[in-house]
Amino acid sequence: MNLDTLIHKFQKKDVAAFEQLHSMYAENILGVINTIIQNPERSEEICQDVFVKIWDKASNYNPSKGRFFTWILNIARNAAIDELRSKSHKNWKKNLATNYFVGNLEEHDDMDSKMDVIGLRKLLKGLKEKCTELIELLYFKGYTQKEAAEQLNIPIGTIKTRNRSCISQIRENMKV
Amino acid sequence: MDIEKYIASGVLEQYVAGTLSERENLEVQKNAMAYPEIQEEIASIEQAVLKITKAASPGLSPHSFDALKKELGGVIPFEPDTKKKQMPWFNYLGWAASLLFAVGLLWMYVKNDQLKSQFEVVSEEKDALQDQILEIRNNVTLTEALLNELRNQNVAVVSLAGQTASPNAYAKAYWNKEEGKVFIDAQGLPTPPTGYDYQVWSLKLNPLTPTSIGLLEDFTENEKRVFELANPNGSEAFGITLEPEGGSESPTLEQLYTLGAVGP
Repeated sequence: MNLDTLIHKFQKKDVAAFEQLHSMYAENILGVINTIIQNPERSEEICQDVFVKIWDKASNYNPSKGRFFTWILNIARNAAIDELRSKSHKNWKKNLATNYFVGNLEEHDDMDSKMDVIGLRKLLKGLKEKCTELIELLYFKGYTQKEAAEQLNIPIGTIKTRNRSCISQIRENMKV
Repeated sequence: MDIEKYIASGVLEQYVAGTLSERENLEVQKNAMAYPEIQEEIASIEQAVLKITKAASPGLSPHSFDALKKELGGVIPFEPDTKKKQMPWFNYLGWAASLLFAVGLLWMYVKNDQLKSQFEVVSEEKDALQDQILEIRNNVTLTEALLNELRNQNVAVVSLAGQTASPNAYAKAYWNKEEGKVFIDAQGLPTPPTGYDYQVWSLKLNPLTPTSIGLLEDFTENEKRVFELANPNGSEAFGITLEPEGGSESPTLEQLYTLGAVGP
C-alpha cells in the first residue's frame, strides 16, 4: 500500500493503517525524543503520548504543509522540548544546545545502551563535527536555520548548502 | 526549470526538516508533483533522516502499539464516522424544530390577541353604526308621520306673519280641527333668549279673547322646529308671543312675534 493511501486511511481513523504508520515511524520518533531529553524510559512514555496526539489530531494533517513524517517529527520535538522545559527550567535551552549524541558517541559503551551506536557510527562516518551537529540541530531538535547558524556560529547562507552536503554524505554511507 | 540546480540548492533538505515557510513548502510541493526527480530526491533525503533518527532510538518496547491502542479514542473500525455524525445532526434538528414550534406558538398567540382586540373594536363600530341607522330610521318615520299629518285634508294652514317685535319672523300653523290639534312650524322664529319661551295663543277676534294653547318647549332641542299642541278651541287667529319661562296668563302684546288669521 502506498504512503498516501495509508495516510488517507489513517485520517479516516483506520486503526490498522495507524498501526502500520506506527511501525514505520515509532522508533524514529523515540530516537528524536530521547536525543532531546536523554531519558529512554521517559522518552517511551512521551513517544506514546505523541502517537495518541497524532491519532487525535489526524485531521489536522494536510499534505500541503509538508511530509507526513515531518509533521509527526515536529509534534515529537515539541513534546520533548516541553518535557525538557518542565524538568530543567532555566537551563533547558543550554541543555538542548550542548547535549550532542554525536559528540558522546565515542564515549558510549555498546554494552549498556540499546542505542544502535554501531549503526550511527556507520552513518556518520567521515562527517565533520560541524556536520553532525547541524544534522542534530535541524532534524532532531527542530532548530530553524537562523537558530542553527547562531548556535554553530556560521553564516545563515552556509546552512542550506552544508545541510545538503551532510545529508548527501549520510546517503553515501547508507549505500555502503 | 533547472531541476539539478534546484535539487542542489538544499531546499529539499529544508523541506524534510520542516524549516521552510508555508509558502516555500507549497512551492516545493508543487514542484515535486511536476517533476518525479524532485519527488524521488525528497524520498531519498527522508530515508536518510529516517535511518539516522532510527539509529538514535534507545529501542522501543516490543508491544508498544498494543499499549497505545488502549489509549486511542474514537476507534470505529467499520464504516467510520457516518453514524456518529448523523446522531448530533438529528438531535440538533429536533431542538431546532421544537424551538421553531415554540416561537411559532407564541407568535400565533400574540397574533390571536391582536385579532381579538381588532374584532372588538370593529364590532363596537358596527354597533355604533347600527344605532345610527336606527336613529335615522326613527327620524324618517317621524318625519313621514309628520308629513302625513300635515297633508291631511282636514288641516287648515295658517301663515303667521312677523310683527313689530320681530318683523322678519314668520311661522305656520297646521290646524286639524277634527282631531283638535295644531302643529306649529317655528322654523322662521329666532331662538328665544334664555329664561324665555314662545307661547302660542288661540284668538277670538270679536271681542279679542286670547286663550293659551301651550309653549314651544325645548325650542333648540327640536331640530325640526315643529311642535304639536292640543287646540280644542274655535280659533279665528293664532299668535305667538315671547313670555318668561313657563308662560303667562295673558299674552305680553309688546312681545308679539307673529300673528295670522284663520282663513274662511
